[in-house]
Amino acid sequence: MKEAFTAQMFGVYGFGLLETLYMVIVSTFISYIIGLPIGVLLVCTDKNGITPVPWLNASVGFVVNIMRSIPFIILLVLVSPVTRAITGTTIGSTATIVPLVFSAAPYISRVVEQSLKEVDDGVIEAATSMGASPMQIITKVLLPESKPSLILGAALATITIIGYTAMAGFVGGGGLGTIAVNYGYYRYRTGIMIVTVVIIVALVQAFQELGLYLSSRFDRRK
Amino acid sequence: MSELIKINHLGKIFKTASGDIVALEDINLSIREGEIFGIIGLSGAGKSTLVRCINFLERLTSGTVFFDGKELNSLSEKELRLVRRRMGMIFQQFNLLAQRSALDNVTFPLEISGVSRDKAKEKAMSLLDVVGLADRASSYPSQLSGGQKQRVAIARSLACDPKVLLCDEATSALDPTTTRQILDLIAKINREMGITVVIITHEMKVIEQICDRVAIIDRSRIAELGDVSEIFTRPKSDIARQLIFPGGRLPDNFEGSSRIRIIFDGKSSFEPVIANMVLECSAPVNIMFADTRDIGGKAVGQMVLQLPESEQERKRILAWLDLNKVNWNYEEDGGEETT
Repeated sequence: MKEAFTAQMFGVYGFGLLETLYMVIVSTFISYIIGLPIGVLLVCTDKNGITPVPWLNASVGFVVNIMRSIPFIILLVLVSPVTRAITGTTIGSTATIVPLVFSAAPYISRVVEQSLKEVDDGVIEAATSMGASPMQIITKVLLPESKPSLILGAALATITIIGYTAMAGFVGGGGLGTIAVNYGYYRYRTGIMIVTVVIIVALVQAFQELGLYLSSRFDRRK
Repeated sequence: MSELIKINHLGKIFKTASGDIVALEDINLSIREGEIFGIIGLSGAGKSTLVRCINFLERLTSGTVFFDGKELNSLSEKELRLVRRRMGMIFQQFNLLAQRSALDNVTFPLEISGVSRDKAKEKAMSLLDVVGLADRASSYPSQLSGGQKQRVAIARSLACDPKVLLCDEATSALDPTTTRQILDLIAKINREMGITVVIITHEMKVIEQICDRVAIIDRSRIAELGDVSEIFTRPKSDIARQLIFPGGRLPDNFEGSSRIRIIFDGKSSFEPVIANMVLECSAPVNIMFADTRDIGGKAVGQMVLQLPESEQERKRILAWLDLNKVNWNYEEDGGEETT
């Protein structure tokens, strides 16, 4: 157990944590850039949405569902040609961001969709009755009104991505997951594995609490 | 008075999986500039759909709607949005933006029509003042009572200087006292700002309190249309009688046939007609049924009197009524009036 708490190991944990945070934050950010508009599109083109386009809604929904049904660990391998094309490699934390985005963006689009659907139809109708355009309804009603829910969704998405980064550790994805696998799994250093798991748990807790705090801070409904 | 809204042969059919549902059929009405027009009906009668056809939140299946001389059917979405800014609308559930303060709710329609932030705020403050909520400008909807929320919604609906205010069951979620206050406010806006008002409701007392004219919608059609005082005095349709005397069947077991019905049409309001009649004819009457109310300061309604047994006393009473120009007729027997 002692070997888990040497000065050298603390350096390893610290570096692993930074790598994990780097992967999580960058991939969450990029996934939102892709997933948020898709989520908005799914809500607006719904048959009860503000600009119904049933065929578009159905096809985008279908693609999202397919992406979401592929297990992350398989997606990781499946998109490796794309990963190589973009980053020049398939190992390390930067390379891992590519499959993370592939997996998280469709997931985030559904999380966003769910949040936006919580906005009361009456409020949207009121905005329409005031002469708001669909774009104005999106930017001035749907998104601001669902802000607390969107923040909670972002915490959920971030936590899911943390889980994926740990999984990516198995195939040299870098970060805390790689440390857990390399030291704990291959070299039977259980102590080190436990420490990395504890750090990951703390990270998940921190993001969840931050999400809850920010969500209630911005919520004017109470 | 010129017509602000004109509806011709309007029909609306909702297509559902289980077949077509006719919501409105052959609706014809015109709403005059400056009046308070009521649309009443039981729930499911189609009145909420009708008001949504006025600002084209619902597309018509057939017929035409004119607003301020423009035929709305022929407008593009973009033109329609501009027209909608000239129509304010308030709702049963208020529909305020929960994440915006009262002030920012009122600036919302100004923002979307491109008014600068400073000007919007200034206008919004003055409107919150009109509705009596200037001191709650920074409150959020969750911190306001139902009546206050509706006041904010009213201020918001007035932001773009509308020509008409559409009220969809605007007081149905409020208690009677608050309802009265909100209706007073709407009447004041109508009077002082000259804004035409269309009120959708299922409550006759709302119509009674502030409307000039009313259309009664029953089973997708207009059953009756006219001046409020006229419809209250002489309801012609079954639905009108049902709405005016809610749950109140006229008693149908009066003894004998010596009953008359007196109709108050608002002309003889301040005179205690029945008391004078009893005193001057020195004959007692039995009041079998009475339903009178104050509409715009005039008493309207009806009363059913059982006349005395004595032939002489009866004649005296009828003569007195004629002399005093009181509107009366013999009350028929049977159930015709009781539906």
